[in-house]
Amino acid sequence: MKLVQLATARSGDKGNHANIVVVARWASAFAWLQDHLTCQRVAEFFGGLQPTRVERFVLPNVQAFNFVLYDVLDGGGSLSLRSDTQGKLLGTAILDLPCDGAPLETLSS
Amino acid sequence: MNDRPSVRIGNGCGFYGDQLDAPRDLVRSGNLDYLTLEYLAELTLSILARRREKDPSHGYAHDFLYVVESLVPDLSKPNAPKIITNAGGMNPPSCARAVADILCAAGLADRRIAVVTGDDIMSHVDSWLDDGEPLEHLDSGRPLTDVRERLVSANAYLGAAPIVEALRRGTDIVITGRVADASLTVAPARFVFGWSDEDTEQLAQATVAGHLIECGAQATGGYSTSWESLQLTDVGYPIAVLDANGELRITKPAGTGGAVTVRTITEQLLYEVGDPSAYLTPDLILDVTGVRLEQVEPDLVAVRGATTRGIPARYKVSAAYRAGYQTSGQLVVYGEDCLRKADAIAGMVLERVRRAGFELERFHVEKLGTGDAVPRSSDQAAVPDALREVVLRIAVADSDRRAVERFSREWAPLVTSGPAGIGGYTQARQPVRPVYAFWPATVAKSRVDPLVRIDVRPATQWACAGKHDSGSTDSSP
Repeated sequence: MKLVQLATARSGDKGNHANIVVVARWASAFAWLQDHLTCQRVAEFFGGLQPTRVERFVLPNVQAFNFVLYDVLDGGGSLSLRSDTQGKLLGTAILDLPCDGAPLETLSS
Repeated sequence: MNDRPSVRIGNGCGFYGDQLDAPRDLVRSGNLDYLTLEYLAELTLSILARRREKDPSHGYAHDFLYVVESLVPDLSKPNAPKIITNAGGMNPPSCARAVADILCAAGLADRRIAVVTGDDIMSHVDSWLDDGEPLEHLDSGRPLTDVRERLVSANAYLGAAPIVEALRRGTDIVITGRVADASLTVAPARFVFGWSDEDTEQLAQATVAGHLIECGAQATGGYSTSWESLQLTDVGYPIAVLDANGELRITKPAGTGGAVTVRTITEQLLYEVGDPSAYLTPDLILDVTGVRLEQVEPDLVAVRGATTRGIPARYKVSAAYRAGYQTSGQLVVYGEDCLRKADAIAGMVLERVRRAGFELERFHVEKLGTGDAVPRSSDQAAVPDALREVVLRIAVADSDRRAVERFSREWAPLVTSGPAGIGGYTQARQPVRPVYAFWPATVAKSRVDPLVRIDVRPATQWACAGKHDSGSTDSSP
C-alpha cells in the first residue's frame, strides 16, 4: 500500500525550506497516519534531500498534517540549481511513501 | 454600508504570469463586489527593480494592463467591481498612469485610481542599519550588512490599512506595491463592515479568506492530486463570501471547471505555511489550527474557526541581493545506453569548461526520467530496465559571469563532438542570467508606517501626471 491510497498532498516553499501538506482521505486513514507518518519516516523517505530537520504539525479538524522540511531546496528559489527549485514536486513524491501494514479499514470511510 | 449582508471578493490572479483571461471571466460570471489580483512572489520585486533601473517608467506587472483592457466593457457598467491589486510592484505611480491612459481612451476618465506607496524601504536601509535595526535574515540571523553592497531591493509587506483608507476616500482601482497577499482581501471586508482592531474573529476569518484565494485556482482544484476528476481547462477562480460577523464561504462561478471541496480548501489552507498556529501577516498572526470546514453544497465550503494570536509589531521584509550568475542546459539523450551516455556527456562538458580555465563554483546534473527531480533515499529501483531516453539537465552557478558563459558556450558543440543520439536543443547558447537571492527579514512597523502614502485621483489626473511627470500632488499618509 502507498500513501496515495490514504491521502492527497500539496507542497510549496518557504525560502530554503519546503512544506508538505498531507490530507487524509478518511478518518480511519488519518488515525493510522498519525501513528505511522512520523517525522522520522518522512526524513528517511526524503533522505536524498538531506533535511537538517523535519517538523510535523497535526490538524485533526481537517484531518491533515503539515510537514516542514528544513534546508532541502539547494538554497531555495533563485539559488537552487535543481529543476524543482521550489519543492513543488515533493507533495506528489511523498504519496509514493510505502504504507505497508495499514489495515484495510484505512482504505474506506 | 454596515448593514450590508455579505461581500463577494474574487481573486483572478495568483502570481505574475497567471492566466490572462481569468480576471475577465471571473468578473463576468462571479457577481463580484471586489476583484483582487496578486502579482508579487518572493523574488518578483527584485526582477521589477532591475527593469525600473533600465527604464524609470517600468517596474510594475504589465499583465495588469492587459487585464484592465479586457475589463473595459465591464468597468463601464454600474456596480462594476472595484479592483485591488499589488500590480504596482516597484513602481505603482507608473502603473497608475498606464492604467489611466487605458481608462481615458475608453471614456472612463472619471474613474478614481488610488496608489499606495511606502513599501519600498531601500533608501532607508542604511540609516536603519546605523540606527540599530539590523534587518537580520529570518533563518540564519545574519545582519543585512553582510550583503548590503549587493542589495537590489528591499520592501516591507504592508497590510490592509492603507487600502482601507484608499477605499474610504472613494476609489475604483487600488494599485499598491508590496502589500501582503491576504491583505488585498482583508481590506475590502474591513472597509465594507467597518471592523475595528477589536473585531479579531472577523479579521482572522477575512485573513484566512485572503490566504485561501490568494493563489487563484489552487483553491478551486488547480494543482490538486485529484486532477483527473476535475475539468481544469476552464477552471473557475475562487470567490470568498464574507459576512459582517466573519462568516466565510468559498465558492467559484457556476458552470466553470475545477471544484471547491473540503479537500481543495484543506490543501490550500496549509499551502506554504510553516507553523499553522502562527502564520504571520501584517494585519495579524493567524492561527488556523481550529479551522473547521463544511461542504454546504457543491462548490460551496464554509470556513469557520480561524483565530489570531494578536497583531504583530513588525512587518516582514522581502529583500533581494545579487548572488552571481546561473544558466542551465537540457538535451534529450536517446538509446539503450542513454544513462551511461548522459553521464559521459556531463563529464565531457564540465571537463571542457575546466580546461578553458574555469572551475565552476556550483553545478548540478540531473537525468530527468530516472527520479532525479526529487532525490530520495533509494530511487535506483525506480529506473525501468528498458529505459530508451532520458533528459540530461545541467545547471551551473558562479560569481564570475565568464565561467557561466563558458559553460553555455560548450553546450552546442556536443551536437557534432559528442556521442550519437542526442537532440532537443532549444537554443544554441543558453542565456546566462544574474541571480537575485532572497533575504527575508522583519522591521518595526513604526519605522515604515510614516513612509506610507495614499494618493487618490481620477484617471484624467493620473494620465496628466504621466505626461508632465509632476509626481504626486495631494498625497497624504
